[in-house]
This record gives sequence, C-alpha cells and structure tokens, in this order.
Amino acid sequence: MSQPNIQAKIRSNPRFAELVGKRTRFAIILSLVVLVPYYTFMFFVSTQPQLFAAKISEGSVITIGWPIAALFIIGGWLLTGVYVNRANGEFDSITEEVLKEARK
Amino acid sequence: MKRSLTALIAGSLLAVSFAVFAAGGAIEGVEKQPVNFSAIAMFMIFVIATLGITKWAAGKTKTTADFYTAGGGITGFQNGLAIAGDYMSAATLLGLTSMVYFKGYDGFIYAVCFFIGWPIILFLMAERLRNLGKFTFADIASYRLDQNRIRTFAAIGSLTVVCFYLIVQMVGAGQLIQLLFGLEYNTAVAVVGVLMMVYVTFGGMTATTWVQIIKACLLLGGGITLMLLTLAQFDWSLDNLFTKAIESHKLGEKLMSPGSLMADPISAFSLSLGLLFGTAGLPHIMMRFFTVPNAKEARKSVFYATGFIGLFFLVTMVLGAAAITIVGTNGAFFEGGVVGGKLIGGGNMPVMHLAKAVGGDIFLGFLSAVAFATILAVVSGLALAGASAISHDLYARVIKKGTATSAQEMKVTRFASVGLGITAILLGIAFKDQNVLFLVALAFGVASSVNFPVLILSMYWKGLTTRGALWGGIAGLVSSVGLVILSPTVWVKILGNKAAIFPYDHPAIVSMTLAFFVTWLLSVTDKSVRAGKEKEAYEEQYIRAQTGLGASGAHDH
Repeated sequence: MSQPNIQAKIRSNPRFAELVGKRTRFAIILSLVVLVPYYTFMFFVSTQPQLFAAKISEGSVITIGWPIAALFIIGGWLLTGVYVNRANGEFDSITEEVLKEARK
Repeated sequence: MKRSLTALIAGSLLAVSFAVFAAGGAIEGVEKQPVNFSAIAMFMIFVIATLGITKWAAGKTKTTADFYTAGGGITGFQNGLAIAGDYMSAATLLGLTSMVYFKGYDGFIYAVCFFIGWPIILFLMAERLRNLGKFTFADIASYRLDQNRIRTFAAIGSLTVVCFYLIVQMVGAGQLIQLLFGLEYNTAVAVVGVLMMVYVTFGGMTATTWVQIIKACLLLGGGITLMLLTLAQFDWSLDNLFTKAIESHKLGEKLMSPGSLMADPISAFSLSLGLLFGTAGLPHIMMRFFTVPNAKEARKSVFYATGFIGLFFLVTMVLGAAAITIVGTNGAFFEGGVVGGKLIGGGNMPVMHLAKAVGGDIFLGFLSAVAFATILAVVSGLALAGASAISHDLYARVIKKGTATSAQEMKVTRFASVGLGITAILLGIAFKDQNVLFLVALAFGVASSVNFPVLILSMYWKGLTTRGALWGGIAGLVSSVGLVILSPTVWVKILGNKAAIFPYDHPAIVSMTLAFFVTWLLSVTDKSVRAGKEKEAYEEQYIRAQTGLGASGAHDH
C-alpha cells in the first residue's frame, strides 16, 4: 500500500487524534512542572536571596537553598522517568495499534 | 585499510610514548609540573583499551550509517551513558567544583542551570528528533524546506558550535595536561588531536560511543570514590562538612545562600535561557539520538543520561564544598605555601588537589588520567558531529545532491575528520594562554539562537518557510556573535575597552528572541508558491514525527 494512503488512514483514525492529544498535553504539563518552579527559583534567587538563607533545622548550618537545588536535579530526573514510563507503555501501544490498522 | 589502521594505532602509541620521554627530559617552563608517571601509565592503559575498541569498531564500520550512527544499534542504556559522557566534560568537573569552592551556593545554582535542559529535551524533542532525523540535525531542519539553503545553513551552524567548543576543549586539554602530566602544552594538544583523529576516522560513531561510555564510567566511578573518601574525613556528616567549610571560607555564612553570581535578574535569565536551550542545540548531543533503533530507546537514553548527569553534578557539589576545608586550609596547595593565596595550577584545580589530599599520588594520577580521557572523548564526539556536517550535509546532499556513493561519502568523511583534527590542533596552539571562557558563551549563544530555533520550529510549526528559517538563523547568528563581542568578557576584559556596550555575558535573551521573531515574521509574510508547498508538506512530517512511520530504523549486519 502506498505511503500517502497509509497516512490518510492514520489521520482519520480517532485513536491517532487521541494519542497526539494525550501525549502533547502530558509533555506540556511536565515541561511546565519543570519550567515554572525553575524560573520562579531563578527569579527569587536573584531578587530575594535572603529567602534561601533559612536553616533546614535548628542547630544545622545547611540552608534550605541546598535541598531546594538538589530537588530540581532529583525531581527533574524522576519526571523524565514518569514521562518515559507512560510514553514507552501507553503511548507506544496506541502508536502500534494505529500503525497496524493503517497497514491493514 | 586494516593494515593501515594497525600501523596507525602502533604509530599513535609510539607518539604518546615519545611524548612521555620527551617530557621526562624537559625541565624548563615555570608552570610545568614534574612528570607524573602513574598518571601517564593509567592514561596509556585507557589509550590502549580505546585503540583496541577502535580496531574492533573499524571492522564494523562499513557504510555511512555505521559511521554516522553506529548503524542505529546502540541501546538506550549505552546511549544514555554516552550522552552523559558527551555532557560531562573536564570543564564540568573542574569548573563546577571550583565554583562551589570559591562561591559556595552560587555554584549549585549554576549546576541546576546546566541540568534543567535535559527533562525539557525529553518532553519536547527526543522522540521527534529520532523519528525525523537520520544522521544530522540538518536532516530535520531541512526536512520539508529548501535542501540547499537550509541544509547549508544548518551545517554552518553546527560547524560554528563545534569549532568554538573544540577550541575550549583543546586549550583546556593543553593547560590541564601540562599541569597534571608534566607534558608540554603543544605536545598535549597534538596528542589529543591525533588520538581523536584515529578514533573518529577509523571507528566512527561506534568507537566514539564506546570511548564515551568508558570515560563516563571512569568519571562517575572516580568522582564517587573521591566523594566517599572525602566524606569519611567528615564522619559521614554533611552538617559537619558545611560547618567546617563556613569556618574555613572567607565568605563565612554567606557561602550557604545565593550571592553575587545571580544578583542581576536579567543577566540570570539570559544565562539560564542560553544554557537551557543551548543544550538542546548542541550538534554532537543531538546526533546521539540517531544512534538508537527507535523512539522508545531514544526516550530511555535521555532518562539514563539525565540520571547520570544529575548524580555527577550532586557529587561535584560535595567535592567542591569539601575542598573548601581540605584544600583551602592546607598551605601545600598554595603558591609559596600561603593559605588563601593563589592555588597551585590556578583556580580550576581544587578537585585535583582534593584528590591528592585524600587519595595520595596514585588517586591524583587516576583522576588526571580520567580528566585526559574525558577531554579526548568530548573532542571525538565534536569532531564526529563536525565531520558529518561536512560530508553528509555539505558534500553528499548539497554539492552532490544525493548522488554520491556510500564509498565516496565515507572518503570525504574521513578527510573531514582528519581536517578537523588538524584544525583543532592548530586552533588549540593559536589560542594558547588566551582566556577562552567567552567561547563557551559563544558556543551556547549560537546553539540556542541559530540551531535551536530552526530545529524546534521545523518540528512544531507548520507555518515555517525557507525564507523565515534562513533569515531567522542569520539574525540569530549575527546577534549572538555580535553581542558576545560587545559583552563585558570580550569588550572590556579581552579588548581592553572601558565599558561594555552590551551589559550581559550571555546573549540569549536578545539573540534568541530576535531569531524567533525574524523567523516568524518572514515566514508569515512569505506568500510564495514554495512556501505554500512547504506548509503542505508539514502533514506528512507531522505523522512521521508522531508515529515513527517511515523513520530510519536499525541497520542489521
């Protein structure tokens, strides 16, 4: 079967629209979950640095700034895990289904 | 071919050994350290192992697909390690630790800025890159646009970033190796250049990937071992470590909260934009997405890469903070034994001194060898990206219009790799003793303002046309390079003018915005027939990007 024909079939499959919609929404939400706190952090770091000087507990010298920064790194990594988990499972199985139906 | 490879491997080994003995005889030069034989011995083991891999890889490198992308046969985990290897340069290890050593918490903010692009690359780019690309990022940028103009421009964008980055790495290599191994600067640069040429020319992407993987493991292993040795000295307590650091550092309590680095919000914003989107526009990083068989593995590789990079950054933070006490209070590490004076070997050395302080000469030797290996791996990745831009984009697609045979293309690739190696050596020598920090700003500026806009818009925006992409790219290139020249680092510190014309060191806030604006404006006003066809072609590209239909797969042998 010719390529344009397969393409038209994919396009008209409601599962394709569902896949694109779900995946796009998921990717945008996760990007915002990373970027909004990150730019908020950068904004306060440069304008209100004293906010990060509070100690994590009484008697400790470590300020809350350190665990917050570490959270960006660890949290950012965990979010990549969340995305890969859903994309390689749910999204990929819809993709396969759509491709299989189009090739029929 | 095979015989010439064996001869070359033997030749490069001979060259390295010769360099070692030559260095042994030379004692002139003020900065140069005594020859460190344990470091050189460990580095030689790395070189022999990687040359062995190159020989094996050369046997597997028969087609252009093998050369550019290892035939698409790298697994997600392997590619994740290799991406981490590409991103964790010697500059990252030395630079981040030294930033924490001197500025405390500011170093951590910097590390977060360098890291945060990775989740975004995964969410918005990884699978589309894999589904649309074949060998280079220009494949995607020119997917439905004019092959000649857009591909040429994308290739120039790649080569510009590669060259700036290569100079930074070569100069760093020369200085570091002169210091750690006691080799001459020029010898060190030549050794790096020659080994890089051998890896890339003969082993292509397969050899480059394995060099990256080995080096990433060594760097992570070395860093973690050093961290454990160090923590033991503080009774395994971070609180203890920081209490002592505050006591020893001249900043005192201020060490623990944001300081001067990010004091200007606009400057901080521009820096973070440049690092975030520049990472997504580095040609040698993007190329790694084509080495895996499908989008599934591409996603996995970012997950692993992000984990390794994050772990490494956290380790460097501990190392930097520990060095404040262990290195910063020990006169043996300062010139003339004056605590608080100038560090021996310069401001980038805290982590190396820390290695000596807690692990002795053998561990210092090991970490030095790892640093050398790191530089070698990073320049190999860069050279491969540059060679592909020349042979695949410029030669095979633009000049030969796709009629070149695989053999012809391979030949051009190999010449290009050798040419880039020689260029890198010459540039490394030409920029000796220069402050090359501005080149990092340039590389990230060009990557974020030239490569990134055209790449992201070609994938996401139907309305993009050749005219818009070309002029937007030119606007990004001219403004990012121009603004770096007018910035404080170049205009004041290097050219000696009184005041900077552009107040920020990182141009992205202006140049990236300009690139996007010009691309948009000249695309929406483009009413040509060609523009109409380009918009029509988005449909096919969109379905391929979303489903991988028609994407180039793994090549079996």
